[in-house]
Amino acid sequence: MVNQPVSAKLPAAPQGGAARKATKIAVRNLNFYYGGFHAIKDVNVEILENTVTAFIGPSGCGKSTLLRVFNRIYDLYPGHRAEGEVILDGEDIVAPKNYPGLRAKVGMVFQKPTPFPMSIYENIAFGIRLYERPSRSEMGDRVQQALVSAGLWHEVKEKLHQSALTLSGGQQQRLCIARALAIHPEVLLLDEPCSALDPISTANIEELIFQAKETCTLIMVTHNMQQAARASEYTAFMLDGRLIEYAETSQIFTRPSDRRTEDYITGRFG
Amino acid sequence: MNDSDAVAQAGLRPASTVPEAPGRSWRLSGDFLFHQAAVLAASLAAAALFATVIAITIDSWTSIQVFGVWGFLKSSEWNPVTQTFGALPFIIGTLVSSAIALFFAVPVSFGIAVFIAEIAPSWIKKPIAGAVELLAGIPSIVYGMWGLLVFAPVFANMEPWISNTFGEIPGIGALFQGPPMGIGMLAAGIILAIMILPYISSIMRDVFLIVPSSLRESAYAMGCTTWEVAWHITLPYTRSAVIGGIFLGLGRALGETMAVTFVIGNSNMFSTSLLMPGATIPSVLANEFTEATTKLYVSSLIYLGLILIAITLVVRFLAVLLIRRLSRGEGAST
Repeated sequence: MVNQPVSAKLPAAPQGGAARKATKIAVRNLNFYYGGFHAIKDVNVEILENTVTAFIGPSGCGKSTLLRVFNRIYDLYPGHRAEGEVILDGEDIVAPKNYPGLRAKVGMVFQKPTPFPMSIYENIAFGIRLYERPSRSEMGDRVQQALVSAGLWHEVKEKLHQSALTLSGGQQQRLCIARALAIHPEVLLLDEPCSALDPISTANIEELIFQAKETCTLIMVTHNMQQAARASEYTAFMLDGRLIEYAETSQIFTRPSDRRTEDYITGRFG
Repeated sequence: MNDSDAVAQAGLRPASTVPEAPGRSWRLSGDFLFHQAAVLAASLAAAALFATVIAITIDSWTSIQVFGVWGFLKSSEWNPVTQTFGALPFIIGTLVSSAIALFFAVPVSFGIAVFIAEIAPSWIKKPIAGAVELLAGIPSIVYGMWGLLVFAPVFANMEPWISNTFGEIPGIGALFQGPPMGIGMLAAGIILAIMILPYISSIMRDVFLIVPSSLRESAYAMGCTTWEVAWHITLPYTRSAVIGGIFLGLGRALGETMAVTFVIGNSNMFSTSLLMPGATIPSVLANEFTEATTKLYVSSLIYLGLILIAITLVVRFLAVLLIRRLSRGEGAST
């Protein structure tokens, strides 16, 4: 575990004097380039275990890019390049050429629901099967458990073997979260998970995020400031590729220390 | 001017200044002519199909009367000397050579499409895709000559190995017997595979490239390998278009004449071995039309043509059925 302070922008100890949680991910002097475009500039941040951390900021500020560094999904594209350190459980994930098992450890949910073109059951079982070979009945239990924890079981138990594409948008997104949680990730990345959803689906997802925190560290990118305020414990504000302010969510939204943060959350720009 | 002013103005405008709306009155406008021309073009295509089928049916009537439908289909006797004609060897030859072509062309096309869509660095995508598409531009007679003069001699050297290796396997061993001649059913199927490769692979590539990147990314984000993404995500997602592409290639293979005629060996005898010569409906038509001297002989050849049309239509119909069934039961299997 890496615990030494590396940045002035560490979150304050939680109020009430409870012990500060352990650091799950430490980002140090991270820079990211899309070819020649410098998208993330010298970002330092520490993400604490079993918390929900929200990244907010105007479009193009680099928050989604930062998220894509945590599971190295940027590797898919030539020319996308990260420099610096991202320390997950004491190990740098940026420098190694390959990091087997990273994506089992760090799951991701995307902005638009992305159900796989297979049945609801298979959507969950497929992910589990990538890492484990449970027996048929065990697999049934795992799938049910994942769907129950996503609050989807009662809606889909009659049609487990129908195409996942028949579900509504909100159900699809909960299926995607269930699918990601079914392989027991330690970190779950959420890239604007509710931006394509109606308010009721959004509330369902936020509830799900709240529960998932028990077993998992969640990092969420959102455009919706109310959502950041409701669902997260820590909030980071980014602007033009730089981390401007990082603190407890309540502090960011009530007493931001930076002028630009205040301008953004009060809607003066962005 | 605010909105209500605009409305008032419009109401006061004299009727003659209202712009002409299409379809308001019948007159010989460009639009009317275009409409009629489009209807004509569409009906001409349908009429041509019907006229062809009717004309071919009339011309094959003599043969239909002598051999009947079922009798012609199931008879494997094709003997111009005794004037007995049966279609079975050619129907089987057509279906088998096309099946061999699909057997080779589909996996290779899938590989090409996956390479271009998922693996290849961007600078090499265009040259590869272009090279594959150029294959479609080579005239089939050239494939035929290349097949006969270049491919067949090389293939003849490989055939002993093939019959030694696969000929011993119980069940399918019978498919790989016989002397190494180079030409035959298997050679024709392989040449056909090369010819239909560009059609299947370019459709696969095009539909693979339009799979939403968020879907691909979410599969990669689960930890999928390139193979797993291609096989479990991309292919099911594009399934109906891929099947359409495969059947387009099959349609080409069923009707291909020149190249097949050159390399299939043109034997009217039915053989279980793929290494032996055979014939397809198009190849027998191309070979025997000039020497068909009696009315019954000509009529029987045209009857074969009618059967080829029927096979093509049945294949098309099956493709539509398959796509419907798959899209309805999408993800039905576990």
